[in-house]
Amino acid sequence: MVTFLLAAPWPSLQAQSNGVLTVAPPARLAIKRDATAELSLKAELQAGFHVNSNSPGDDYLIPLKLTWNKEPLEAEQVNYPKPQMEKLGFSPNPVSVYTGTFEIVTRFKAPPTASPGMAFMNGKLRYQACNNKECLPPRTVDVRVTLDIQ
Amino acid sequence: MLWSGCSKATQKTAAQNSKFEQAPDFKLQDANGQAVRLSDYRGKVVLLDFWATWCGPCKIEIPWFMDFEKEFKDRGFAVLGVSMDEEGWKVVKPYVASMKMNYRVLLGNDEVSGKYGGLDSLPTTLLIDRQGRIASKHIGITGGKEDFKNAIVELLDAHSAGGYVPARGALALLTSPK
Repeated sequence: MVTFLLAAPWPSLQAQSNGVLTVAPPARLAIKRDATAELSLKAELQAGFHVNSNSPGDDYLIPLKLTWNKEPLEAEQVNYPKPQMEKLGFSPNPVSVYTGTFEIVTRFKAPPTASPGMAFMNGKLRYQACNNKECLPPRTVDVRVTLDIQ
Repeated sequence: MLWSGCSKATQKTAAQNSKFEQAPDFKLQDANGQAVRLSDYRGKVVLLDFWATWCGPCKIEIPWFMDFEKEFKDRGFAVLGVSMDEEGWKVVKPYVASMKMNYRVLLGNDEVSGKYGGLDSLPTTLLIDRQGRIASKHIGITGGKEDFKNAIVELLDAHSAGGYVPARGALALLTSPK
């Protein structure tokens, strides 16, 4: 089983944005059938804002969550970056957040029965952003990756 | 900005001042399923707070509003908290209980959000005078507890003075810079 980490020089799509978070166009992902490959998704937050991490440590806070469709690849694992622990005015304990630019890496597996050729993998990145004075409603950014299944 | 031209308004009552918008009426349900209209509160000064359980800055203000409810409710004042949580009462009720919120909480919807300009940021807090007019709008935390308190007292005192005569300071502090 071979793992590829590709950073193709050409973007597959336009950057996707919804509110204060923008997702850079993901690289085209080449993957062999019955193999795995990793895709890095780069997100950028508007200055002054933070989003809760994937595990904010407070049941009421909305976590960052990247989800993928079940086909044509299987998303085996989503790895979120290490969060920052920020002391915010509303919480006695530091809150786990992301700021600035961060990357989420997904490990995909191509089923042995996958059809070779070009295909697309669609996902959604849900987030909820705040600054130190206000919060924005939860939003979702649609993500689309171009696949080259070999 | 609602308070542009504030210094000129100091010589006018709210009734005379065309800049005061009427707060849009709405009908929402409280935690007991009882229908509540904003217009039910006509004659009272109302602090209308749009908030959500996932909103950290909202959590800072809630204890302030609980104090105001306790201190001023006998003077014709009420706090109305409108939760904009999409998940509804299943998340709002436990939160209200954990915070020991002593004022009435309603569940918001898209209709009320639209009436109040979309509510793109929370908290969004309005002070509404006894005639149901918006005296100030506060988006995010732009002031402190004392600023709110001074503005509430000013609105409450206006009743006994026979009309609303805003001072140059306190209420303007609550106006969002947006």
